[in-house]
Amino acid sequence: MQWNREWKTFLVILSAFVVCYTLPVEQIEAAIWPSSPLWEALYLVRWYAQEHVLLCLVPAFFIAGAVSVFVSQAAVMKYLGPKANKVIAYGVASVSGTILAVCSCTILPLFAGIYRMGAGLGPASAFLYSGPAINILAIILTATVLGPEMGIARAVGAIIFSVLIGVLMHFFFRKEEMEKVAAAAAMPEPEVKRPLWKVAIYFVSMVGILVFANWGQPQSVDDLWSVIWTNKWLITGGFAALLALCLVLWFRVVPSAIYAIAISVLFLIFMSPEQPVIAFAVGIIGLSLILTTQKDNEELQEWFEASWDFAKKILPLLFYGVLIAGVLLGRPGHEGIIPTTWISSLVGGNTVAANIVAAVLGAFMYFATLTEVPILQGLMGAGMGKGPALALLLAGPALSLPNMLVIRSVMGTKKTVVFVCLVIVMATISGLIYGTFWC
Amino acid sequence: MKVVVLGTGCKKCNDLAANVKQAAADQGVEVSIEKVTDLNQIMTYGCMTTPGLVMDGTLVSQGKLLKVEQIAKFFHAK
Repeated sequence: MQWNREWKTFLVILSAFVVCYTLPVEQIEAAIWPSSPLWEALYLVRWYAQEHVLLCLVPAFFIAGAVSVFVSQAAVMKYLGPKANKVIAYGVASVSGTILAVCSCTILPLFAGIYRMGAGLGPASAFLYSGPAINILAIILTATVLGPEMGIARAVGAIIFSVLIGVLMHFFFRKEEMEKVAAAAAMPEPEVKRPLWKVAIYFVSMVGILVFANWGQPQSVDDLWSVIWTNKWLITGGFAALLALCLVLWFRVVPSAIYAIAISVLFLIFMSPEQPVIAFAVGIIGLSLILTTQKDNEELQEWFEASWDFAKKILPLLFYGVLIAGVLLGRPGHEGIIPTTWISSLVGGNTVAANIVAAVLGAFMYFATLTEVPILQGLMGAGMGKGPALALLLAGPALSLPNMLVIRSVMGTKKTVVFVCLVIVMATISGLIYGTFWC
Repeated sequence: MKVVVLGTGCKKCNDLAANVKQAAADQGVEVSIEKVTDLNQIMTYGCMTTPGLVMDGTLVSQGKLLKVEQIAKFFHAK
């Protein structure tokens, strides 16, 4: 990584984080303008900085970076090519967003590619619907901020209904001859560097760290969840050790570097056991140092660069998203500028109307990457039902007015209109089902 | 040499164009850089993941923000 070019950005992000983390909002509020809803923005930003950045987003960036470097995207694209088996193509298109769509600007080219050069309209539509909703960062943030069941519902809803939408699109337009593109899709050759099971263990270790470091305190006592909760740092540490083992065995990291970090992390845990976050932060810093200082190890440098790229791109967007959501909607239990009665009358409960409103709003509104999460959190805090929330989550990132225009340029007005209608209908149905059975 | 950078206008594509310019300057290769942002036109090169890099009409790389040295290697291969 070119530190001479990046250090300023890094410093700005780091200091913004520290300021947000330690911001004495109560004092500022009392001193300047007590009980104005505008302060909600700062409360919300501080809450995100304290609760979600270090333990959730930072590991998520490392995972997303690792996906883009170590998972062979070419191997996946093979199943979406022109000669692919149609049934498999639908399945792959519906789930491949997890690893193909780590950045939102790659969705539309991939969609156009699958449509014009690859497996055709059906799989392309399926990919376009599920891709943005199931990318790793989106699922992780949804699950930690809005609750695990919302994260799972979002992923499952996106995958199932994307196949439906794809099949329906294919059925409606089955008679149309597609204009062929002269150039055949250039399918990049998959490079196999290490066997799949090694990559799998490496990812399991990182996902384990993420899941258990964010394990919430359950309301019940003496069951499995609470046992995990009391031991969550022990389990997280176990996964961290597994990750370290992977790095030494398969990624050519010198063991002495790992020992140095392990010793400092353990030392910090014994010094201040009630502040595991400090040890966690030191572990992350240690990992970053290892990745950036391995001069002859290009893979690891690429891993860090890709992770840093995500952080650089997403953190500022999320920051503004949280600020705006805070001002307009407030934190859960506190009112922002928009009165909660409006929101609960529009999208409260789980009526058909509420679900349709949420789906239509989601389809036309533009959400910058991941900002749908704080906005939705605000809406739910202000009385939005869980069903409509899911409807918005499903229709939101898949569509927006600007990307409808691009989609139209690729597949024409008629197909675009049908696709938008299908998205709205499917998002509404998912919302209704979720709101009826899981609340 | 005619070089085309394919990308819908996100940051990576602009960075790639900048890297191409740098590599060309380093290697003393004369290039004309064209940026293609229209999705349908990008498709005609057979590129599915942006940013894509086309040299003399053939797609040499896609889905990667190539570093200056990597682009220089393509210049040598041509």
